[in-house]
Amino acid sequence: MSKPARTSRRSGIRGGEAASGWLFTAPMIILLGMFLVIPVLMALWVSFSDWGGRGSPFGGNVKFVGFDNYSTLLSGGGLAEQDFGTALRNNAWYVVLVVPIQTALSLLLAVLVNRQILRGRGFFRTSFYFPSVTSSVAITVLWLFLFSSTGAVNKLLSFIGITGPNWFNDPSGILHNFLQLFGVTQGPAALTDGSFLGVSWWDWLAGPSVAMTAFILMAVFTTSGTFMLLFIAALQNLSGEVTEAAMMDGANGWQRFWKVTLPQLRPTLFTVLTLGLIGSWQVFDQIYTGTKGAPGKTTLTPAFLSYQSAFNNQEWGQGAAIAFILFVIIVFFTLFQRWVLRERSVSNRRMRPYLSVANGATANVVAASALTGAGSGSPGTDSPGSGSDPDSHAPDTTGGTR
Amino acid sequence: MTATVSTKTPTPPSPSRRLRSLSRPQLPTRAVAGRSLMYAILTVLAIIYIAPFLVQVATSFKTDVEAASNPISLIPQTWSTAAYEKLFLNSDFPVWFKNSAIVTIFVTLGRVFFNSLAGYALARLQFRGRTVIFAGLIAVMSVPGVVLLIPKFLVINQIGIYDTYVGMIVPLLTDAAGVFIMKNFFESIPASVEEQARIDGAGTFRVFWSIVLPMARPALITIVILSFQGSWNELSHFIVATQSPELTTLTKGVASLASGELSQGTQYPLKLAAAAIMTIPVAVMFFIFQKRIMNTTDGAVKE
Repeated sequence: MSKPARTSRRSGIRGGEAASGWLFTAPMIILLGMFLVIPVLMALWVSFSDWGGRGSPFGGNVKFVGFDNYSTLLSGGGLAEQDFGTALRNNAWYVVLVVPIQTALSLLLAVLVNRQILRGRGFFRTSFYFPSVTSSVAITVLWLFLFSSTGAVNKLLSFIGITGPNWFNDPSGILHNFLQLFGVTQGPAALTDGSFLGVSWWDWLAGPSVAMTAFILMAVFTTSGTFMLLFIAALQNLSGEVTEAAMMDGANGWQRFWKVTLPQLRPTLFTVLTLGLIGSWQVFDQIYTGTKGAPGKTTLTPAFLSYQSAFNNQEWGQGAAIAFILFVIIVFFTLFQRWVLRERSVSNRRMRPYLSVANGATANVVAASALTGAGSGSPGTDSPGSGSDPDSHAPDTTGGTR
Repeated sequence: MTATVSTKTPTPPSPSRRLRSLSRPQLPTRAVAGRSLMYAILTVLAIIYIAPFLVQVATSFKTDVEAASNPISLIPQTWSTAAYEKLFLNSDFPVWFKNSAIVTIFVTLGRVFFNSLAGYALARLQFRGRTVIFAGLIAVMSVPGVVLLIPKFLVINQIGIYDTYVGMIVPLLTDAAGVFIMKNFFESIPASVEEQARIDGAGTFRVFWSIVLPMARPALITIVILSFQGSWNELSHFIVATQSPELTTLTKGVASLASGELSQGTQYPLKLAAAAIMTIPVAVMFFIFQKRIMNTTDGAVKE
């Protein structure tokens, strides 16, 4: 413990540091306490009360009702439960489709745009990132136009002979629609009889509605740019040497990506998946601006339902309860995903091919840098090509080792 | 670019070329094909990402009828500025714009100040409870924003700042992530300069204000970008914090436009014009700091 000694030695110049420490952090602590911690506690109380929105939630006539609000939502058997189930269904499909697609797309964009030899890298990066800076309201307005029945998307589809759906007014689930192509319009009794949260299993499996699909496309469109930047940063921090060594060992581009680059991107992949998961469970702005849950409640999300129950229907307890259930869901899935993607100790048998790659890598680093001269080039500079033909050495070295 | 490509692989391959390419198994041709494919993919993707915005701007200058009959064309058959006239002369749009501007400016300034203050204290000052505060910060960062909709309204209502500028601005100053960014930055710069100033007798705030803060420019710009974009694009907070028309912001106003207030029929040009104008400030911000936004990431490997 050298700290106390150091502090006392420096107390001459560092006098009053404790006071200024607290003083400096005080505004932020007060703000966070006031508008984050206290609100959450208040809402927790409201979720256990029968407060109707009039007067203070701490007033004398507000009663503690235990888990009533929660049980109405989870097993009440009424409209509230059915709405909640529907909202969960809608958002679950949204998450299931948005998270993998946006992750894969942003990774693809990053890999494409990160090439040293690429001309106009700046232009491509800018165009892919631009949708991310615009507000969700502006994008939703644009989307409502593009995907309207007479909109640009349907016009484009008509060029290739497809009659587009009436996107934001079409409540039919896309999986149900797909099954309909094979003449399946009614689910098996096993699925239609049973239900969960007031929604039959068959309806849980309906897939996102056509309207929701348009929102899914929008989410992918607006977030892939942000995540692309994260992947680009990660790619640029990778040393080119490992990849070059793999190249020397005769790995082709595909193998290099899957077995060398991707494992090294693991931490970023983890970040992107986590952020994506957290973000896509909180769909609110788009729904508020665009459809307000219509058509047929198929774009209702828990976040919007929570708002609607509280502010429109004055069911404040239920609204708060939905928010907390959503909170639990988000925490659960984040932890679950952490657990799935955790660093596992790999069995020897599965490790063997990787070990040989790794050994090859270290052995070949020297050779690789000797062959290519200056090593891994100059990442980060915006002079594409820079006169030479940088791609020529890549295939050559591969050929050379063979 | 065309020059480099054509010197490397003349097509169609001449007989002599053929011989050479036998000894070097056809890699250059494949490389060029691969490269062309990559450019083709990138171009198609870029068009998909940009076209919606071009269509948006073009449509805002069309008439209502043309917007429906010809939704793709980038040049209106008859130019019409009716949408913009209506927005600026016959609607609350200017008020919305003003409110958004006020909120954004105050939130950005406030966040820059409070974030750097707290970040500096957490990074540099030795005091009891520092680790506790930091742990609290991390915990608070993990609370999803949407969960706070009802809670925020409850507090704002309870302390009597509902439907005021204070209620719109102050709650948005909470920015745990920004404190985190500033803390990380201050930890990355050497402490020697500040210690020199301390020896010379400057007080803690003086050191912070005139020595540390000027050095922190890159991180402050990051905070400015994030705060500006965040508060300009904020919707849910204004929904729960205000109700009067005089305090409507752009996001809230345009959202109400989208759901059909102020208009009969679809009125796409009007809505798209409103959406386009509200995008301009963030777009300008983006293009000013573009190098910074794109390079925040690769700063570490700059040579």
